[in-house]
Amino acid sequence: MNITLNGEIKTVHDNITVLGLLELLQIQHQRVAVELNESIVKKDNYGSTAIKNGDILEVVSFMGGGTV
Amino acid sequence: MDFTEDQILRYSRHILLPEVGGEGQEKILNARVVLVGAGGLGSPVGYYLAAAGVGTIGVIDNDRVEISNLQRQIAHNTSRLGVLKADSAKETFETLNHDVKVVTHIERLTSANIKNIIKDYDIVVDGSDNFPTRYLVNDACVMLKKTLISAAVFRFEGQLMSIFPGEGPCYRCLFEVPPPPGMVPSCQEAGILGVVTGVIGTLQATEVIKAILGIGHPLKGKLLLWNALDMSFRTVKVPRNKECPVCGEHPTITELIDYEQFCSMSH
Repeated sequence: MNITLNGEIKTVHDNITVLGLLELLQIQHQRVAVELNESIVKKDNYGSTAIKNGDILEVVSFMGGGTV
Repeated sequence: MDFTEDQILRYSRHILLPEVGGEGQEKILNARVVLVGAGGLGSPVGYYLAAAGVGTIGVIDNDRVEISNLQRQIAHNTSRLGVLKADSAKETFETLNHDVKVVTHIERLTSANIKNIIKDYDIVVDGSDNFPTRYLVNDACVMLKKTLISAAVFRFEGQLMSIFPGEGPCYRCLFEVPPPPGMVPSCQEAGILGVVTGVIGTLQATEVIKAILGIGHPLKGKLLLWNALDMSFRTVKVPRNKECPVCGEHPTITELIDYEQFCSMSH
């Protein structure tokens, strides 16, 4: 199935969860916030939130640092 | 307010803009903005706010200028090594424009002092270099209903979001809790292309000026992402989170948190 990830179309296998997608992308879930169809996904729900064909996801990295 | 002849000349390119005009310039001269940090982001933000004539600029910083700062922290210079950054920034900004009064706050922000420092300002500009301060500033701004223009940089990238408590989402609506200590490297550890702080800082200053003037469309409910290598801008919509622990319908954070202490206690 196809999803839109950070503005780009990406093909992933069916029945993937948010956590599964992050693992596929080799992203540590503690380092990002995930938005699914313009709603923030709670971290506790990453493993239980299934991604569907056509879903729009934004994976936004924590950026703490200014450079004081 | 009557402008002096010098002021009419100094701000003429602002006054010419119908969206600014004399009335807008007066708003800028009366504005009170506080910078959290006089480093990579605070330098360009303060520089442009001073040039624009922001009447009162607070600078919160207790660090001293080091030579490794000068690749990006343009408020300082080689003759100021070892000088407090707040004092160095004051000198730079007030020399640029005598209409500007810089108030230095030479301390590290904590739950005990932050409200007292920011209460006298209209807008808070976060260019801090660590998560405990970033969350502290967000929570205090939500509690005091202060407009917060929050930005961060990392390597070749930057993020920017404007937070209007009560009207749009806050930082915690997107990033509910800080990442575990050590999970996200700092610029000190990971490096930063100096000019990236200039790009994000001047975008941050643009949001401040727009907020003072009440013009255009702020980054309310939107996170701007910029990547220098791709030269790409993206905007991600950020919804308000009804369950946000600080600005949601039933806030669970009602007192400010000093995360550093919390972190060190838990280790």
